[in-house]
Amino acid sequence: MGMTMTQKILAKHAGLDKVEAGQLIEANLDLVLGNDITSPVAIHAMENLDDKSVFDKDKIALVMDHFVPNKDIKSAENVKEVRQFACENCISNFYDVGQMGIEHALLPEKGLVTAGDAVIGADSHTCTYGALGAFSTGVGSTDMAAGMATGKAWFKVPSAIRFVLTGKPAPFISGKDIILHIIGMIGVDGALYQSMEFTGDGVSYLSMDDRFTISNMAIEAGGKNGIFPVDDKTLEYIKEHNAKEPVVYEADPDAEYTKTITIDLSKLRPTVAFPHLPENTKTVDEAGDIEIDQVVIGSCTNGRISDLKIAADILKGKKVKKGLRVIVIPATQQIYLDAMNAGYLRTFIEAGAVVSTPTCGPCLGGYMGILASGEKCVSTTNRNFVGRMGATDSEIYLASPAVAAASAITGRITDPATV
Amino acid sequence: MDSAKGLVYKYGDNVDTDVIIPARYLNSTKPEELAQHCMEDIDRDFIKNVKKGDIIVAGKNFGCGSSREHAPIAIKAAGVSCVIAETFARIFYRNSINIGLPIIESKEASEKIKSGDIVSVDFDSGVVTDETTGEKFKGQAFPPFMQKLIDAGGLIKYVNQEAD
Repeated sequence: MGMTMTQKILAKHAGLDKVEAGQLIEANLDLVLGNDITSPVAIHAMENLDDKSVFDKDKIALVMDHFVPNKDIKSAENVKEVRQFACENCISNFYDVGQMGIEHALLPEKGLVTAGDAVIGADSHTCTYGALGAFSTGVGSTDMAAGMATGKAWFKVPSAIRFVLTGKPAPFISGKDIILHIIGMIGVDGALYQSMEFTGDGVSYLSMDDRFTISNMAIEAGGKNGIFPVDDKTLEYIKEHNAKEPVVYEADPDAEYTKTITIDLSKLRPTVAFPHLPENTKTVDEAGDIEIDQVVIGSCTNGRISDLKIAADILKGKKVKKGLRVIVIPATQQIYLDAMNAGYLRTFIEAGAVVSTPTCGPCLGGYMGILASGEKCVSTTNRNFVGRMGATDSEIYLASPAVAAASAITGRITDPATV
Repeated sequence: MDSAKGLVYKYGDNVDTDVIIPARYLNSTKPEELAQHCMEDIDRDFIKNVKKGDIIVAGKNFGCGSSREHAPIAIKAAGVSCVIAETFARIFYRNSINIGLPIIESKEASEKIKSGDIVSVDFDSGVVTDETTGEKFKGQAFPPFMQKLIDAGGLIKYVNQEAD
């Protein structure tokens, strides 16, 4: 029996020729990530280690992105603590206000992850780098602490579900629609403890940004990771971003999958996840008349330049519906600059939206767009749990940048083809 | 800890870490502060009523969503002695073992135990007893490596041991 792509990466990092699903292994890590919420807890955990030194100052990334520029005194104290830790340990990849971006957009952009890497991050959306053909997964702060100290982490080797993507997506169908469709199909625990391995001729039609969005939300199906094969687009991206030399792994032809699911991308419609779970999906045609109070375009899921381009193209020369608040958040400083140079920021502001500095802010109900009781929001973020973005009886509808931009014009959930 | 006994607070499927500890409180890392808001967005009375030793029982995919370790930290600091669920989301599962919050996977216990029952857990045998109904359930055994982590008292102590 052969190995899946994920199993091959894990075997290599554990120094083993072969691993199988269910096996417990200890793997060497290429990168350990933390943010301003999870790193302070990890730093406290490290204080209880006998050896408090970091394993490699160049293989740790600390990204201040959730509550920065700091929203209150407590969050400022947390960042101060991480800043001090980064300084004392000479961490080369510490990103503070001015250099930071939303972590999962920032790391690939900075070339910190390459194909074949094994990465852990104390943030559940660390699975994003599967788009680059890397194994990456979210962990908690204690795992991050042990990873920073030893450069290793323990894993249960996952089994896998194979998703065969076929055909070419129609206009306005993005990575977000594909992953929401999949989560709607298999449920929020449909891939629990498993790898989601994407393959098929449809992959070639997906931009790197589409793939980042899909891998990013593997966790919303309970997945350990979501991984794409490495093709010319991946290699070009890695080269453009000056990442390390890629190591390309392919699943064995006789790799075992618990399930194979085929999805014809040409048949997909813009898809929206209704409150309060990402699995509650409907196509935009089935959405009905949902009047909204706010639109958020951004996050580690959909704050990249192609996301902003899609939204700007729809909003160009149009106005945001009166009474609606629209918040656009470029995910990194570079994306912010690129969006400025391309004229997207002008388009957003002229339409009546606000543009924020990079932050996770509203996605997790931190700040910068909290919902009041009973309010409804169309958001390009990744979770619509109870209270995620504010009041417990507020409602979040997860959608693509195209649906979000179209809804910003009409004030209700809208098919982008109709505006 | 070899055993636990307490009153059951029961919840459904897919209890996410955002309702266990809402992000508006993640500007704190202090266990006692986090505990004050434990389960707030799903059960406002939980923290008023919970007593040391009490037990949470839930359905599938407990602890899904965000990787915030603040979630098991808040539950542990609220005095909860054990979480029993049909299944756990994988990051929550790791985090609980790493910080020493006892968890047990049992479909039967998750289905049959009711809110307000008194339940005892024998961690050595993995047997869960509903003292109210007299029913006994067997939890999933941990793989040997995880049992080693649990016996060490969590990941940090394990790393220290391994380095010796």
